[in-house]
Amino acid sequence: MPELECAFPQVVNNLAPCLAQGGMNADLANFISILLGVVLIAALPLATLLILLVVERKVAARVQDRIGPNRVGPYGLLQSIPDALKMMTKEDITPAGADVFIYNLAPIIAFASVVLLWAVIPFTPLHIGADLSIGALYLIAVASIGTVKIMVAGWSSNNKYALLGAFRTIAQLLSYEVPLVLALLIPVMIAGTMSMQGLVEAQRGMWFFFMAPVAAIMFFIANQAETGRAPFDLLEAESEIIAGYNIEYSGFKWGMFMAGEFMHAFTASVIFAVIFLGGWIGPGTDQLPILGFVYLGAKTVVVYIFGLVLRSTVPRVRIDQLMSFNWKFLVPLAIINVLVTALLLQVVNWLGIAPQGDAASDLIANLPQTVVLLLGNLGVMGTVSTLVRNMGRQQRLADEAVEADTEVEELAHAAAH
Amino acid sequence: MLELNVQTLAFFVFALFVLGGGLGVITTRNLVHGTLYLILSLFGVAGFFVLLSAPFLAVVQVLVYIGAIAILIVFAVMLTRSMTSLHEVVNRQWVLSTIVAVLLFVMLTVTIILPVWGQDGSLAGQPVSEVVATTTDLGKALVDGNQYVLPFEVASLLLTAAMIGAIVIARDDE
Amino acid sequence: MAVLNEWAFIGVFFAVAWVFPFAPIFLARLVAPRKPNPIKQSTYECGVETVGDTWVQFKVQYYIYGLIFLVFDVEMIFLFPWAVAYRELDFFAFAAGFLFIFLLADALIYAWRKDALEWV
Repeated sequence: MPELECAFPQVVNNLAPCLAQGGMNADLANFISILLGVVLIAALPLATLLILLVVERKVAARVQDRIGPNRVGPYGLLQSIPDALKMMTKEDITPAGADVFIYNLAPIIAFASVVLLWAVIPFTPLHIGADLSIGALYLIAVASIGTVKIMVAGWSSNNKYALLGAFRTIAQLLSYEVPLVLALLIPVMIAGTMSMQGLVEAQRGMWFFFMAPVAAIMFFIANQAETGRAPFDLLEAESEIIAGYNIEYSGFKWGMFMAGEFMHAFTASVIFAVIFLGGWIGPGTDQLPILGFVYLGAKTVVVYIFGLVLRSTVPRVRIDQLMSFNWKFLVPLAIINVLVTALLLQVVNWLGIAPQGDAASDLIANLPQTVVLLLGNLGVMGTVSTLVRNMGRQQRLADEAVEADTEVEELAHAAAH
Repeated sequence: MLELNVQTLAFFVFALFVLGGGLGVITTRNLVHGTLYLILSLFGVAGFFVLLSAPFLAVVQVLVYIGAIAILIVFAVMLTRSMTSLHEVVNRQWVLSTIVAVLLFVMLTVTIILPVWGQDGSLAGQPVSEVVATTTDLGKALVDGNQYVLPFEVASLLLTAAMIGAIVIARDDE
Repeated sequence: MAVLNEWAFIGVFFAVAWVFPFAPIFLARLVAPRKPNPIKQSTYECGVETVGDTWVQFKVQYYIYGLIFLVFDVEMIFLFPWAVAYRELDFFAFAAGFLFIFLLADALIYAWRKDALEWV
């Protein structure tokens, strides 16, 4: 076995072999390195959370022409710390008739299910928790555990509003998972792999956002719904169901739900940046891999801020609109998109313009197939928007005709008397 | 015989999940608790798939069984009354179900113990193939004219039939 | 073994992910005041006293959405291996996938026509 360099910078990447070299049991060394990696990656979303809470409030405030938190620390950046302390010292009330064990379990699931998503996110070419061969499906599977937390919280609270809110939320989450997964299918199809690192590597030449804009936009919308962000924030529709599934929670347990929600929104932005905006890809990552972390962060922030502005701009939709939009627009569109992309990839194969081997990471070599896919996507967008506009016009004309009829009738009625 | 390593340990933890969850499902009088026990049990099965180097099936297990079927069971439970306090733990068909369960248990045990693999038992304890199939292999096999393309399409037909049937039955009252 | 090592990471992650939210909740339990009384613990319905059982019977529409979702979920499970292998496949694979998706689109159209997608 060759002697390993175990000084400071190298030891980070070779912890397990270095420990074993120092005379430790190989299994134990392996376990320690895994545990350290896990704690490090799981702590990352927690650290971001402290900043997120302030950014969230600052952006919302700016959109609404306010200043936002500005008292604690420079620009109010430390606001999260007193917030957390306040929540910590609030009384924790368990409602009578609640199913105590499950009631306490729900906030833990809520938070854990979001942290778990970070296990497969590639931060740099070298740094990823676990590069599973089915990474993309892992994300979907873990996200689907999220429905369990809502079911559990809503049911165990022994509150009608909580149960009603939970059921609506579950229906929403289930519904929007369909276009989410169908949109995710497109990058998997283009890249030919489900490994997260593989998905990023496949974007070296061209980001998937330009190859599959329809899928990207659909993925963003579905994610907005999955994370319960406006215009899909029905799960906390104050005017209808008070606060939804977590109404009976207080103190830090309530805090866990909120923290989980904020973190989920941010995590969704990270996933979008990884899958559609090329993740850590940027100039110089081959020489200095840690730069990838910066690129990923920058792309994520752009997506996240866009989501925040959207959140504080648009009004909430009604639940029947929410369901119709999903099942009668997004799902059919997603199905058509999968078929069109499949057909276009066959065309690309037939024309022989798919980049081979090393050329795959070259921008110029990727241009022909990008143009084909982009044109196809624009075609889908154009057709769908024309269809929707025509259907809307017909609906409007029909409505106006009915109105005119009633007016005529009323006039006739009035004239008769 | 049993090698004590991380995999064996993980196997026993998952076995505990599966059996404990299963026991919980049949003993609780609260249907929602029953569903949660079921989720625990299904999670253990997902763990088994990982240990068998079938990560795709493990994720499918979580995605379909925990993410969809468990939720569907809760929806079904909510359609019934008296979901938190079942009066009897045993239902009317307990004799029949006991017979089926015992038969299934005997059959599985016999299959595991008897030397049936490779006619004379020479293949027992050996992996079917040295090569671990990837998801790509699965995808190729699914649409290969000589392999599983017919089952693939039949699965789609079955799903369509299931959905139509479900809608017909569920909306029967109107 | 290398593959299982990745999954060992996931396993440890599952264990640690539970500890992270548990710790502050446990800490809050030590710090926060606890003075329960019947009024405080009563079900919160904007001050109106709660009537009847919470676990009311829900309408069948939720169940229908659940079923449609389940069917699509299983469909997508079949499509993922197809998508992963897609770039190495020929036109026959496209036709097979097209038929598969077409049959399911049929089911969606049926549900639409039967108004099973309406929120009633």
